[in-house]
Amino acid sequence: MTGAPPGRPKSSAWRHVVLRLVFVLALPVVLVTVWWVASDGSEDVYWPPLRTIVSAFPDVWTGERWRGDVLPSVLRLAAGYGLAAVAGVALGLLVGSHRRVRAVCEPVLEFLRAVPPPVLVPVIMLFAGIGDTMKIVVIASGCVWPVLLNTVEGVRALDPVAAETARSYGVTGVARLKDVVLPSAGPQIFAGLRQALSIGIILMVISEMFAASNGLGFTIVQFQRGFAIPGMWTGILLLGLLGFALSVLFRLVERRVLGWYHGLRAATRR
Amino acid sequence: MRGVNAALGAAGLAAFLALGEAVPRLGLVEEDHFPPTSRIADALGTELADGAFWAALGDTLTGWALGLAIAVGAGIVVGVVISVVPYLREATASTIEFLRPIPSVALIPLAVLLYGTGLRSVLLLVVYASFWQVLIQVLYGVQDVDPVAEETARSYGLGPWARIRHVLWPTALPYVMTGVRLAAAVALILAVTAELVIGVPGLGARIAVAQTSQAVPEMYALIVVAGLLGLLINVGARSVERRALAWHQSVRGEVAA
Amino acid sequence: MLDVRGLRKVYEGSGRRTEAVRDLTFTVGAGELVCLVGPSGCGKTTLLKCVGGLLAPTAGEVTLAGRKVDGPPPGTAFVFQEYGRSLFPWMRVGANVELPLKQKGLGTSRRRELVADALESVGLADAAGAYPWQLSGGMQQRVAIARALAYEPDVLLMDEPFAAVDAQTRADLEDLVRGLWRERGITVLFVTHDIDEAVYLGERVIVLSSSPTVVQEQLEVDLPLERDQLSTRVAPRFAELRTHVYERIQAAKRGAATRPAGTDAPPPR
Repeated sequence: MTGAPPGRPKSSAWRHVVLRLVFVLALPVVLVTVWWVASDGSEDVYWPPLRTIVSAFPDVWTGERWRGDVLPSVLRLAAGYGLAAVAGVALGLLVGSHRRVRAVCEPVLEFLRAVPPPVLVPVIMLFAGIGDTMKIVVIASGCVWPVLLNTVEGVRALDPVAAETARSYGVTGVARLKDVVLPSAGPQIFAGLRQALSIGIILMVISEMFAASNGLGFTIVQFQRGFAIPGMWTGILLLGLLGFALSVLFRLVERRVLGWYHGLRAATRR
Repeated sequence: MRGVNAALGAAGLAAFLALGEAVPRLGLVEEDHFPPTSRIADALGTELADGAFWAALGDTLTGWALGLAIAVGAGIVVGVVISVVPYLREATASTIEFLRPIPSVALIPLAVLLYGTGLRSVLLLVVYASFWQVLIQVLYGVQDVDPVAEETARSYGLGPWARIRHVLWPTALPYVMTGVRLAAAVALILAVTAELVIGVPGLGARIAVAQTSQAVPEMYALIVVAGLLGLLINVGARSVERRALAWHQSVRGEVAA
Repeated sequence: MLDVRGLRKVYEGSGRRTEAVRDLTFTVGAGELVCLVGPSGCGKTTLLKCVGGLLAPTAGEVTLAGRKVDGPPPGTAFVFQEYGRSLFPWMRVGANVELPLKQKGLGTSRRRELVADALESVGLADAAGAYPWQLSGGMQQRVAIARALAYEPDVLLMDEPFAAVDAQTRADLEDLVRGLWRERGITVLFVTHDIDEAVYLGERVIVLSSSPTVVQEQLEVDLPLERDQLSTRVAPRFAELRTHVYERIQAAKRGAATRPAGTDAPPPR
């Protein structure tokens, strides 16, 4: 898309780049401007001027808040999500590789997946109190199901020809899992990880809203309860930015790991 | 084969329930934290006989259905408009990519301030979360329209409206259905979240009350109900989707996009 | 080298029994190139999978170098028809060829040597870094052949390997297989539904009946060792042989086994 094909005049290539830039930036600029202008001089307590929110941002999110609230939240999310990813893929490989195990487990797993994850918070509080452990366990136990069930699905969908190829060349055991089953289930696993990421962020926030002494969710609720409305708005913005950043990071990883898959799809579509 | 699988599945479910009975009875976990299956079943029976439970279930379903309907309607309309109007898709891509991953729970404090424990709090969260699921699928679906079909329609002089109805919509429908299925699951999660965290009347709020009043078996019973509701929604949405997909059995897995 | 005796395979599934292969007996000598040809749906693939240890026969047995086959034997390599699915799309060409060697426990340098040599033999020396799906169908099947070669098999089993490539590529690949066979002295069992291909490639052609399969006839191909697409295919003897096989297969389709199985007489010259 970018870059001029050989022989094309340079000015046309430039126009192309500029046009793309306009497309990417125009609407966000318009929206932010509209927000800025419309809210400027707003007397409504709940909708402070964007100017106020932006100028409050550096005062609210000081180094201490980053260390004391943002970092713990992100670390808990990382721990819970990582745990769920490892456990989900490992169990998914186990369940997916054995037809009978799968038949036995499937209804129970479908039920567990269907439980809306936020209701896990009160249950896990019974066991794990209200500390970091509770939050990590909440995040992990909410994220594990989409990963697990997608892995099972991916393992089951292993191409029979690929399976026979592996068998006829003596590729068995660990090598079969690592080089054949896991990569072939990769696209499905990443679909599950993607769903799990959204769930993980939800659980990170609400587990902190329920019971915590620090964290993003906790801080935002504190602002809301204390009617520190611009502060609350900065928290909402920060949470939005965090969600966006994690999704960009996820996509980078996915593009790297599943590069072959995107290439294959592009090649077969041609 | 199907019979065997169903039997194995039933056995698995029975084993799960039996485990739930045995583990607390044997004292492996505290009964106060994890009541045995039979006590949860008891509590479930009491709940089912209670009018307030049914009212809560109704509230949850209302918030879910209303929110989902708004999100689906808006997602389809916005998606089609963005795809049909020239340059709109390119112009909105970056904004959509930015707004979509914003967690809707970030809006909880705003919902509390604006709507308190009213139904509109639920709707705000549910609609925000489900809208993107539908919109994205609509955009994928429209992208999938065969250019040859589109050109054929054009060459026979079909107007824009007729093209949307006869070419674009049938192609996009299976994708829309996938979007609706994903949105239905997300909508339930957010409806329960709003009830649980904000206190909007519904199953979630009832769970929160059970928790604070230490009514542990009741809490588990309500969670089971929430799970069954989720299961019902998943199964229902999947069968609707399958019907919509029947003519369009393309290899179009639900994969990380 | 390879002994198939009284092979029978019955599929059982949801109340239906399908007898794919009834009774097959034949042998393949060491270093021989034998083509199995038969009407489509006659259980050729079933037979080859039994030989490759991928399927367990219902009755009878397959022995390879005197040992009974009850799982994929280490000395055989399999080339599948569906190259697009048999090559792993998540691995580059080099890694695809190398994977079975890793499993054999060979050292890095030896593996590298074998991979380079195998890719070189199929004319894809510089494709090691590409992904299979970046290559054409014919090239992908070359990669699959290279993977088989690098495995250093005694027996090469090929299941309709060229059924999904275009005619010109197919001719090239046929010559490649014959060339490799002569060069490396591997025993090759080649399954095809294409009569011309069977006669052009094979030193011997085994004609199978329709399912449930038995051996309809075995035929020595007395064409010269040196074959080429132009002159061999227009040679009168080639025409005679292919006509003969064609008739046998037509007869097989009608279900008229006019001659007892296992005779080795070629049609008179």
